[in-house]
Amino acid sequence: MDVIRIEHLHKTYRTGFRMRRQEVIKDLSLTVREGEIYGFIGPNGAGKTSTIKILVGLAHATSGTISLFGKKGPRPEQKALIGFLPERPYFYEYLTAREFLDFYGQLFGVPAPVRARRADKLLERVKLSAWRDTPLHKFSKGMLQRVGVAQALINDPKLVILDEPMSGLDPLGRMLIRDLIVGLKSQHKTVFFSSHILSDVELICDRVGILVDGRMRGEGTLDELLNNKTRFIEIVVRPPLEKLEALRSGLASLAMDVSVQGEERLLVRVGDAAQKRDVLNWLRDRDVDIESLIPRRESLEELFVDELSGGRGDAGVSPG
Amino acid sequence: MAPQRIKAIAANTFREAVRDKILYSLLFFALVMIGSSVLVAELTIGEFLKIVKDVGLGSISIFGVLIAVFVGIQLVTREIDRKTVYTVLSKPVHRWEFIVGKFLGLGSTLFVELSIMTAGLLILVGITGSEFAPALAGAVALIYLELLFLTAFSILFSTFSTPTLSALFTLSVYAIGHMSNDIYRFGQKADAEWIRVASRALYYLLPNLEYFNIKNEVVHDVDMLPGQIGYAVVYGLVYTAIVLFAAIVIFERRDFK
Ligand SMILES: Nc1ncnc2c1ncn2[C@@H]1O[C@H](COP(=O)(O)OP(=O)(O)O)[C@@H](O)[C@H]1O
Ligand SMILES: [Mg+2]
Repeated sequence: MDVIRIEHLHKTYRTGFRMRRQEVIKDLSLTVREGEIYGFIGPNGAGKTSTIKILVGLAHATSGTISLFGKKGPRPEQKALIGFLPERPYFYEYLTAREFLDFYGQLFGVPAPVRARRADKLLERVKLSAWRDTPLHKFSKGMLQRVGVAQALINDPKLVILDEPMSGLDPLGRMLIRDLIVGLKSQHKTVFFSSHILSDVELICDRVGILVDGRMRGEGTLDELLNNKTRFIEIVVRPPLEKLEALRSGLASLAMDVSVQGEERLLVRVGDAAQKRDVLNWLRDRDVDIESLIPRRESLEELFVDELSGGRGDAGVSPG
Repeated sequence: MAPQRIKAIAANTFREAVRDKILYSLLFFALVMIGSSVLVAELTIGEFLKIVKDVGLGSISIFGVLIAVFVGIQLVTREIDRKTVYTVLSKPVHRWEFIVGKFLGLGSTLFVELSIMTAGLLILVGITGSEFAPALAGAVALIYLELLFLTAFSILFSTFSTPTLSALFTLSVYAIGHMSNDIYRFGQKADAEWIRVASRALYYLLPNLEYFNIKNEVVHDVDMLPGQIGYAVVYGLVYTAIVLFAAIVIFERRDFK
């Protein structure tokens, strides 16, 4: 089942004194399937937040349709199944972490004993148990983001929507959020999150959608998106110095490319599995140790830069 | 269930208000003013008690208005500015429930505020040896209605404009509301027919907050007609409901930045 299905979404804001029209979402279509982690990526100003606001009913679509859990939405009964963390959230800072979660639990109509139990469990899960009775204005940014995630889970949602959950956090904070997201997937929840930090998306997403300037520039699994990019495997060896030159010339005929790195290492690039096998066998026959072997594929970053700079449009993807 | 969500929002609003320092400073000054009425009365030749009542009720009214306008506006616009409203309205909460919850939360805050100020005045009056509690309670009840009315306006303005403008608009409503009798009276004295018609139209169109003002009657122990108070109550409740309804209509349509 598709948990989110957006079809031909348009959003036009009227801004400024003269109410100039600015179309920020242009014919956007995307689908998020049950149980997957979907990364919604795009540079600042691409329209990610605008899309998400329409998804959760904070803004109205100019045209197009939104389906949530197979029905047109967003309606309250669908929102009851969604957890949402806004971008750069501010929270009721006069509340303690526990009061804060309790308030949102009430909005969902969760009965009091369940609320209390869930709040404690969630605070434990986001590693804030020790701060449960501390008012939020004493929280650091990373802690706020985590209590925000807890808030998004208070209704035990089926779909969790997070707008830039990792931006502005230090590496440790990012890791905590990433782990939380992966944990949600293992609980069979669907996660839709936006980011402009590609490495975060790359590590944990099943599928991604790329949004540039209000238009979808690609959607699919990372494999699909990166498929017809040249991929290669890098093998690094560190032979005794006197053998270096001989190995280099020997490998030249087997591999795609061989080069000397820092005067004592050889960097061997192979294009496919057959080449890799040949090179590894050849090295084993000569008793050469392998220092590392890393498959290199084009990173999302590179794909992204391509898309931004006008795009080659050959990323193996079709809009929507 | 709607009542539960409205209650949650109202309770949260109340909690935010009572954890806010501004409220306490306003309350503190109000009590100082009420207390200082004794000083004013001592220094003035005339009826001591009348002056205490007069200054006391006046302070309750003025500080009530300040709290209704500034705390009220802040508690609504801050939700929008700080985007806390995002987390609320993305839940299965109808927008009208948010508005009604805010109104009830502010209403309860004002109720507690007024009770504290009134208690202050009653204690003062009690010390100075008089009994006029029922009339005083009546005057304060009407002040409370007026504050609810202004709260509805501050919510209305907050749904579409900035805090500063909302405060300005609401204070204008307050000022105009107390002038509409005068507008009518001056207008009727005019020679030109159209001015008389226009001033009458304005009189019926603009809110009239003088209905809620029985301070003079209470201070000077003038008997009031029950009908007069009954009319004020109905007028206040109906007008407040209409203004809240307008706030909901605007709030339903808006996008959040
Ligand atoms: N409420 C609004 N009114 C007018 N323009 C807006 C509004 N919200 C966003 N925009 C504009 O829409 C574009 C997309 O913004 P946004 O959705 O926040 O992008 P992202 O989340 O991808 O950074 C930006 O150019 C932004 O200036
Ligand atoms: Mg954004």
